[in-house]
Amino acid sequence: MIKGKVWKFGDNIDTDQVIPSQYLLLPTVEEMKQYTFEPLDKRFASKVGSGDIIVGGENFGSGSSREQAPLVLKALGISAVVAKSFARIFFRNAINIGLPVIVCQEIYDSVQSEDVLEIDVKQGSVKNLKTKEQFTATKLPEHVMNILEANGLIGLLNQSKVKEAR
Amino acid sequence: MGYTLTEKILMRNTGKSSLQAGELLTVKADKVMVHDLFAPFVIEKFREMGFQKVWAPDKIVFVYDHLVPTSFSEDSRHHKIADGFATEQGIKAVHRSDGVCHQLMPELKYVIPGQVAFGTDSHTTTYGAVGALATGIGYTEMAAIFGTGELWIKVPPTLKFNINGNLPEGVFAKDLILRIIGDIGADGATYKAMEFGGTTIEGFSIASRMTLSNMAVEAGAKFGVIEPDEKTYEFSGIDGGDYQNLRSDPDAGYEKVYTYDATVLRPLVACPSNVDNIKGAEEMRGTRIDQGFIGSCTNGRLEDLEIAARILKGRKIAPYTKLIVTPASRSIYAEAVRKGIISILVEAGAIVNPPACGLCCGRSGGIVADGERVIAANNRNFLGRMGGPKSEIFLASPATVTASALEGKIVDPRNYFS
Repeated sequence: MIKGKVWKFGDNIDTDQVIPSQYLLLPTVEEMKQYTFEPLDKRFASKVGSGDIIVGGENFGSGSSREQAPLVLKALGISAVVAKSFARIFFRNAINIGLPVIVCQEIYDSVQSEDVLEIDVKQGSVKNLKTKEQFTATKLPEHVMNILEANGLIGLLNQSKVKEAR
Repeated sequence: MGYTLTEKILMRNTGKSSLQAGELLTVKADKVMVHDLFAPFVIEKFREMGFQKVWAPDKIVFVYDHLVPTSFSEDSRHHKIADGFATEQGIKAVHRSDGVCHQLMPELKYVIPGQVAFGTDSHTTTYGAVGALATGIGYTEMAAIFGTGELWIKVPPTLKFNINGNLPEGVFAKDLILRIIGDIGADGATYKAMEFGGTTIEGFSIASRMTLSNMAVEAGAKFGVIEPDEKTYEFSGIDGGDYQNLRSDPDAGYEKVYTYDATVLRPLVACPSNVDNIKGAEEMRGTRIDQGFIGSCTNGRLEDLEIAARILKGRKIAPYTKLIVTPASRSIYAEAVRKGIISILVEAGAIVNPPACGLCCGRSGGIVADGERVIAANNRNFLGRMGGPKSEIFLASPATVTASALEGKIVDPRNYFS
């Protein structure tokens, strides 16, 4: 179960807004993460707390294939991204690095920044603890859930190698 | 029920005799492309996964284009790491200064009709223009392909776009794809394949078709495919006889079919800061601009430079306005020099940059400050994409960009074609 404070964003949050291209070459994600959402809010990285949840509208993570976009969110301690819909590459990248991404159409209009959400990824449910409202989210296919539960694709591949070795 | 082009390529790849949208498949990568920006990350993840040898060195292409020429001292670190890995693994296809990856992959015949290809860049959809299934992925998935040669995908439903008739003078493939994205929205094709067909597309050059497939991802699409024809076979250097099956069946199951009349289209601009924020160039007439940009995997091809030269010949761009031209590949650049196009551009006051991603990826070649406006022929006008977060980007065809740079304000280019 994931529980965290909400940071609410609009529609079409593209990956250039999540992490602008001029920071993609910084040698570590620790250096990169301080520039998260810089075009929208220069101080975001200093305000966000570990376990917090991003809520987005339609088409979250559109644009470039940069895997650094979900990576900086994870490095800042974001525990999940809930959106009405995700851009395809961002969605896959997030799963592959073990960042839960949850598709939930209905919750968007019923949640404000600083509300607290409780998410059950496996069951596909999202609850707003402030308003006590509960919403159904799209369940992830088993294969995708396996990647997420292994904390990403590297974890899954290493698991399957361990199995093969036995 | 018949099959779409996308489904047929997936069947060809997997050997399956039937499939349907929504099904999960494991496909074999016929070709993969990694560019310099992400090469070190792919290599790092490849090692973390415990792989020693890539599955097929001859199916991997490295293209250095985002950091060429280097702008900062740390940029060349990416090239050194990629060079070292290529040598270690026996990867021969390494392009160090030949142009933008998505131009080179079809141009150099690395990707041909019927293939399945992946790249660490969202605009990998471009190869759909030659009848291949190609899409962008992250670097961790690419590392897994380096090790296994495979990737899981979901069979996408297809949106079919039938476009018929000739485009009016001064209206181009870019205007058509902006119209389509404006109509269906920046997420109108998310997780789906877009397929473009009709007499307009048949009449298009491969270069114009690439503009459409390139921008399919701006509507969220996984693929942006076009049936291969004689032009494609010639471009890809193949015998078409072996590829006759690569067309959608007449009774293929499309999720939706859209029909466009090309003869009524007009020059368009995508206004800041979303690609689907579409207005007529005429409506935006008079908007002051500081810089024009022609280039990128969307519109940096010979026909684009030719159009710019046709408008600029014997004229001078507006004072205080810069026009930056970045050919998409070395061969395009060389051909533009041979044809005298480059001298026309330079004499008109344009700045010609070497073939690479340049300004489109926002790291070099014309970065702008807050408050500045750019009209650009590339594919994205996102907030801060070309510099300051308070700069503005308008997307348009090379003709609209050129005419606007000439006058220092947005104009409808059709006046220059009558």
